[in-house]
Amino acid sequence: MDDILRILDKEQGVVNTEKISRMLGIPEEEVAAKLEELENNHIIAGYKTIVNWDKTDREVVTALIDLRVTPQRGEGFDKVAERIYKYPQVRALYLMSGAYDLSVMIEGKTMKDVALFVAQKLAPMESIISTATHFVLKKYKSEGIIFDDNEKDTRQVITL
Amino acid sequence: MNYDKLINPVVGALPPSGIRKFFDVVNTMDDAISLGVGEPDFVTPWAIREAGIYSLESGRTYYTANSGLLELREEIANYNMRKYGVKYNPADQILVTVGGSEAIDAMIRCVVCPGDEVLIPEPSFVCYKPLTIMAGGVPVTIETKEEDEFRLTPELLREKITDKTKLLILPYPNNPTGAVMSKEDLEAIAEVLKGTDILVLSDEIYGELRYSDEKHVPFSAIEGMYDRTVVVNGFSKAFAMTGWRLGYALGPARIIGLMTKVHQYGIMSSPTTSQYAAIEALRSCDDDVEDMCREYNYRRRVIVDGFREMGLSCFEPYGAFYIFPCIKSTGMTSDEFCTRLLGEEKVAVVPGNAFGECGEGFIRCSYAYSVEKIEEALKRIARFVSRHTAETE
Repeated sequence: MDDILRILDKEQGVVNTEKISRMLGIPEEEVAAKLEELENNHIIAGYKTIVNWDKTDREVVTALIDLRVTPQRGEGFDKVAERIYKYPQVRALYLMSGAYDLSVMIEGKTMKDVALFVAQKLAPMESIISTATHFVLKKYKSEGIIFDDNEKDTRQVITL
Repeated sequence: MNYDKLINPVVGALPPSGIRKFFDVVNTMDDAISLGVGEPDFVTPWAIREAGIYSLESGRTYYTANSGLLELREEIANYNMRKYGVKYNPADQILVTVGGSEAIDAMIRCVVCPGDEVLIPEPSFVCYKPLTIMAGGVPVTIETKEEDEFRLTPELLREKITDKTKLLILPYPNNPTGAVMSKEDLEAIAEVLKGTDILVLSDEIYGELRYSDEKHVPFSAIEGMYDRTVVVNGFSKAFAMTGWRLGYALGPARIIGLMTKVHQYGIMSSPTTSQYAAIEALRSCDDDVEDMCREYNYRRRVIVDGFREMGLSCFEPYGAFYIFPCIKSTGMTSDEFCTRLLGEEKVAVVPGNAFGECGEGFIRCSYAYSVEKIEEALKRIARFVSRHTAETE
């Protein structure tokens, strides 16, 4: 199980059951069955392509927004979190320890898009006390992937 | 100048490397795939590189103590205690060397006198014989066998012991075969050695790279062997630090003391930057080693399967990052196989006889490559093998 997850993580989610079966020395059907189980249990929550949008023509603006929130009786932060993460613009949402409570990652086409989303959707929510928006200027590494990885195999071709 | 008259004939007569011609050919090819490399494909973990950089920034650019930074020797002692439960005193039982190779050279020079016999199991790494010869010793080959999974057996060892035997080299986990010796295997060897004065040089540079449930056991951990054994280990393979050139020897204070003299006069001290980096490696990189080891194991399964599917016999290698399939069924010699494979399918592997005559009929393939590269190479080798097996039938 653990090995399958490690391999998927390294292969960035590209599922090749035949290859995994060879790497682990177990039958392909067994790999497929385990994958299905992992998916059904939502241990594998999804498969995702990591795109470096900076290298495309598409303009994408990303911002991290710190939210201070009043937790609700009986619900804690979960209810307000749900109201936030249902917006498709929200790419990630974490409950944090420290100076603020929720960290929201927003993606939009322009800075104005993002600013309006914060002003119109997030800030007015009853339990939100304050927001602080930080725009991402450059992504060096995302989801463990270095975007401009320039380390190459420079080994001698044959050594004993 | 007539150099033939001037040079040391012993060195002059040493054979050149068995892979030079392949090296030259592969270098001219753009699309060749090499499974011929004897070092990790991983770059040294960043924490280690960063420690090296920091040591330079801090101006640590001087010689260290001859035997290595005390702090590093202490970490080496801790590491060997924590991993293997073997105790060495950092003050006089550890020498930090320029790679494992220097430690092997120094050990041989410190104990081998002219005429002494040195037992060398083969196939094995290429340095033991020349170093023995340069020290005036007589190399005595022990040919290990495929049916024993290339392990040294007590029977093979006993046959070669004479009253001139001074030293036994134990090269396990083994380059080129990937063979390992279990604790029981080592105990059987120890039984043969008990009651003799034969010393042991245990080259355990691949010791961390083991793929069965059984962990590596240093030969010095076997009962009664501590006082006669020098263990050589280092950072190259486990921590992916080949270019840093750093290894070490562990052993009885008397022998390490002699080796420190050889090191002091020939080397002075091992590279300072590498030593600071190595401290970080031993302190905080167990997880990195484990990750790399796991990754090698994935690749190992892929390559072993691949060769077996081609119909080439191949015992299960449980150590290092090599497999050693038998190519006798193709009717070719190792050299022929490798030359033609390179010419026809542009895959470079190393002929088994580069590691001793008994490696004839085998090839060494390294799996220190990505699974994608290995699979492409396997595809090409399979095509080559099926073409030539059809020819011979």
